[in-house]
Amino acid sequence: MKEIYKILEERILVLDGAMGTMLQRHKFTEEDFRGERFKDWPTPVQGNNDLLSITQPEAIKEVHRLYFEAGADIVETNTFSGTTIAMADYEMEDLVYELNYQSAKIAKEVADELTEKEPHKPRFVAGSIGPTNRTASMSPDVNDPGYRAVTFDELRIAYKQQVEALLDGGADILLVETIFDTLNAKAALFAIEEVKDERNIDVPIMVSGTITDASGRTLSGQTAEAFLISLSHIPMLSVGFNCALGANQLTPYLEVLAQKASFGISAHPNAGLPNAFGEYDETPEQMAEQIKEYTEKNLVNIIGGCCGTTPEHIKAIADLAKDYKPRVVGVEV
Amino acid sequence: MSTKEERKYLKLSGLEPMIVSAETNFINVGERTNVAGSRKFLRLVKEEKFDEALDIARHQVEGGAQVIDINMDDGLIDGKDAMVRFLNLIMAEPDIARVPIMIDSSKWEIIEAGLQVVQGKCVVNSISLKEGEEEFILHAKAIKRYGAAVIIMAFDEVGQADNYERRIEISKRSYDILVNKLGFPPEDIIFDLNIFPVATGMEEHRKNAIDFIEATRWVRENLPHSSVSGGVSNVSFSFRGNNTVREAMHSVFLYHAIKAGMNMGIVNPAMLEVYDDIPKDLLEHVEDVILDRRDDATERLLDFAETVKGTSKERVVDLSWREEPLQDRITRALVKGIDQYIVEDVEEARQIADKPIEVIEGNLMTGMNVVGDLFGSGKMFLPQVVKSARVMKKAVAYLLPFIEEEKKKNALSGGVVKENDSNGRILMATVKGDVHDIGKNIVSVVLGCNNYEIVDLGVMVPPDKIIQTAIDEQVDIIGLSGLITPSLDEMVHLAKEMDRKNFNIPLLIGGATTSKAHTAVKIDPQYKNAVVHVNDASRAVTVVGDLLNKRSNQKYVGDLKEDYEKFRDGFLKRTKQKEYLSIEEARKNKYVIDWQTSEIVTPNNLGIRVVEDFDLKKLEPYIDWSPFFRSWDLHGKYPAILTDTVVGEQATSLFKDARELLQRVFDEKLLGAKAVYGLFEANTVDDDDIEVSSEQGDFKFRTLRQQLKKHAGKPNFALSDFVAPKESGIQDYMGCFCVTTGFGTKELAEAFEADHDDYNSIMIKALADRLAEAFAEYLHKKVRKEDWGYANNESLTNEELIKEAYKGIRPAPGYPACPDHLEKITIWELLRVNERIGVELTESLAMWPAASVSGYYFANPEARYFGLGKMKEDQVKDFAERKDVDLEYAKKWLSPNIVD
Repeated sequence: MKEIYKILEERILVLDGAMGTMLQRHKFTEEDFRGERFKDWPTPVQGNNDLLSITQPEAIKEVHRLYFEAGADIVETNTFSGTTIAMADYEMEDLVYELNYQSAKIAKEVADELTEKEPHKPRFVAGSIGPTNRTASMSPDVNDPGYRAVTFDELRIAYKQQVEALLDGGADILLVETIFDTLNAKAALFAIEEVKDERNIDVPIMVSGTITDASGRTLSGQTAEAFLISLSHIPMLSVGFNCALGANQLTPYLEVLAQKASFGISAHPNAGLPNAFGEYDETPEQMAEQIKEYTEKNLVNIIGGCCGTTPEHIKAIADLAKDYKPRVVGVEV
Repeated sequence: MSTKEERKYLKLSGLEPMIVSAETNFINVGERTNVAGSRKFLRLVKEEKFDEALDIARHQVEGGAQVIDINMDDGLIDGKDAMVRFLNLIMAEPDIARVPIMIDSSKWEIIEAGLQVVQGKCVVNSISLKEGEEEFILHAKAIKRYGAAVIIMAFDEVGQADNYERRIEISKRSYDILVNKLGFPPEDIIFDLNIFPVATGMEEHRKNAIDFIEATRWVRENLPHSSVSGGVSNVSFSFRGNNTVREAMHSVFLYHAIKAGMNMGIVNPAMLEVYDDIPKDLLEHVEDVILDRRDDATERLLDFAETVKGTSKERVVDLSWREEPLQDRITRALVKGIDQYIVEDVEEARQIADKPIEVIEGNLMTGMNVVGDLFGSGKMFLPQVVKSARVMKKAVAYLLPFIEEEKKKNALSGGVVKENDSNGRILMATVKGDVHDIGKNIVSVVLGCNNYEIVDLGVMVPPDKIIQTAIDEQVDIIGLSGLITPSLDEMVHLAKEMDRKNFNIPLLIGGATTSKAHTAVKIDPQYKNAVVHVNDASRAVTVVGDLLNKRSNQKYVGDLKEDYEKFRDGFLKRTKQKEYLSIEEARKNKYVIDWQTSEIVTPNNLGIRVVEDFDLKKLEPYIDWSPFFRSWDLHGKYPAILTDTVVGEQATSLFKDARELLQRVFDEKLLGAKAVYGLFEANTVDDDDIEVSSEQGDFKFRTLRQQLKKHAGKPNFALSDFVAPKESGIQDYMGCFCVTTGFGTKELAEAFEADHDDYNSIMIKALADRLAEAFAEYLHKKVRKEDWGYANNESLTNEELIKEAYKGIRPAPGYPACPDHLEKITIWELLRVNERIGVELTESLAMWPAASVSGYYFANPEARYFGLGKMKEDQVKDFAERKDVDLEYAKKWLSPNIVD
């Protein structure tokens, strides 16, 4: 995996866009989600997108393929909610290993296919590690600010299982993303370090936080720089931000990272802010126009899209990125 | 000048970052949330009164603690449970959680439990080799994985280090294991080298302090990037009960330890005397003990201590005024700016008063009215008023808890809660993109003295925040400040917003680039209520008073509007009379240098250079003091101003305070000075652009040309005229630079403000600005004589330097010859200023830290300063095309210089 560090110095890498947006196009029904295997499952499973890696693997592979063909170097596995904690809603805790393993495996198959076709542009799979639906440093109960719905150790154990399955399935990179509570991310990274130690391997790690609004802070209240400092003990391939904001709104926070971080910088913003119907309607051209600011200011090493982005968006971004040099990693003196 | 050497800094985080750099000087760790250090905290935790325990944490942060130490080690407490519970509660309090946490325990399980509930980067306090290497390594590895910094106690299997050699031995051994064996980041290591008491009467304790200090020096010199910390109060343990001596001992100890490199520590700010205020005889005795300078040091201090018990503070020359009636004493303290006795006097007043608020409304306001009258009649000057404000703030800070108490009581008994009635509430802000706030702070203080309540939003305040705060806080006036030209647009924008949101309160405009003309022409028409340009603090009081006078303000506002309208008409008419050339015509009338005979010197050093850790002392002779006095509204030229019949006395006193603070800045290296500069091959192309080649490629500076029609024979200047054109075939050169002396200013100013000391807060900023200008002057001289070397024989006096009597110029973007701030971006890219010295550009292209100067170097003997004046739209269009930017964008940035 030394290879990706080298490529990162040579050009801006492109990450894929939204999985959910693409899957919505299929309008999968409860039956589609269940497939044959889960037809008698006790809870409703519609909306459990991660499950589709098992029940609709061709649809997932097709999304990966479209993104690769649009110019993505890296696709994310379909495992955003792949922990026992997040799967508890569907009573699918016992399936977590398989979900992650399968998701990594099918993504890797598509990646290998494309790499073989275009050996000069190797494709990578990033195991997506989401934030779970609980926060370790905030209370869900306003009347009891000291209460916590999840502990560091519970998170660490759940993340460790996900990490092991992603690596077994063939993930090249681990992507801890959409971090709105830095303590959750610390638990995930702690788990990754444990696995690295136990297996005596090195794995490139990407870390991506979420600035929730114009306050410029994460949901758990940290500024961009405080977020960076809190996670800088981990040797990262890249650190960046994704989700919640469009490309424009993200710029000031990326600038902070670009100035202060000695790691690569990544960004995968949403296709603008959602409209009144919760839809993202920024066009590929509009989004690329804003991302041009990143490349012109030399802010990023990895760019992609989050909510509302499609292969068309990624193509526009990839077309733009190839004309620019990546940010130089590690501020030289 | 030292060359740049990579230094790694300890970086911590709560909700916000905290970086322990060379500029941060000394990090103060709060320890009242330590059950071993605070009985009250212990009791609250035992009784599970966590809400009140949180107040202690909050109080520490508000009091200036930059890190808070939390310790729950007590036999009667479940330490792990208490640690987790308390930390979880802290995380829900943003005003506390903004600072980093120090997790303090001798039990590993408590430390680990703490690390698992804090999102930010903490400090573990502490681990050591006490139980052997194996356990040390195990814990250090875990700490690294949790992402925390660590305090290493100077303790090993044999015992605690109690002399110089043992401190070094254990520190070095710990460091080697951590850094070489475990790959622990060296900047995350903090050594606690054990502060032990001195003057205990035991021979073996004699060197306790000096050994710590010397070991600190050794650690900082030999264990790269690490820090040194300690608990200071230990050192004076044997003088419990004699606070005068203890305070002096703490100050002396810290003074020497900080000089040796101690950069973090647990200090109770209330138990600290100002080093320079320690009476000479006491100082000598204490230093003898701390530095172990005499065999009989302890005995001598003990004897001496008997004589100073609780008396040191009364060693002021004339204290007869202390015998006067209470109100006279309070008034005198306010007028004279003496804060020593104010708490005592205010407490006496509080005992007499029915309600604590009456002390503010009665005693203190009586005093402040005297201050106001004296200031209004020119018998007091701005620096004194700011000192008065310092006393006032201290008094009010003392009274507030009593007032809150009273409110609670009233609320409980169903009584009416009477709010403090001020004369009015005024919002003050430096607008978005601008970082300059000296003037704003002065006006705030002066208005505060006149019983206006100030809501100060600080610098770089976005318009929506100003609008929202104005609504939420129901302010009576908004005051905007800014120094750089883009701020003018921000002010126009805000006026429009206020109009759109149907505001009906006056708007005050102030700051160095603002003017009555701009206010009248650009801002006033945008807003229906009054817009007033106020450029000095004393006028602010009368203007605000008139604006808020309920009986007469309608007429006043009407008069103002009319006055501005008249002024606007007159101004617009006048500008119409001026004649301008087209840009092509102006270029034909450019300033022509005969390049065949002109003297062009090839620089000795082409390329970019960085200056780090510059010794500020060298700048002292280069300081131009006159603008310093101007920033305090004292007008006159230095040094004549010191003996001026009107302001001389005040100027002298201000100058003395400034010199004292400056000396501290020099001695304690309170401010960080850095510079980056470069000299490059350059030629003018297409008349107005200067093409520069550097190792990183080619850059172009776009200069602007005067367009006003001149008398025959007078040229239309552009800076490009001073560089040989490419077609001449002659290789020419230019340079650019950025210097700063601002690192540390913000922290210092905030520390002063936390201590209610606006006087020194403003002072440090004003001094930093002066030092930055001096640095620019110094560097320009060095460049002329050495790097470029065209003036090796130059020998000018400092006065001549200040008068810029030298050859060559150093114009700065944003100033008259090149008012366009945009070219700063080019300088930043060319010199990579941000990466190299950390000076940033805000969105309005102000430099941050504020005490920074950037500009160009031109060496041609014919190069001169000029003012661009106004230009016409054709040049703006041409400029946009040359620069390949939108016309609108160009217009926005050049607008202050475009003909209306």
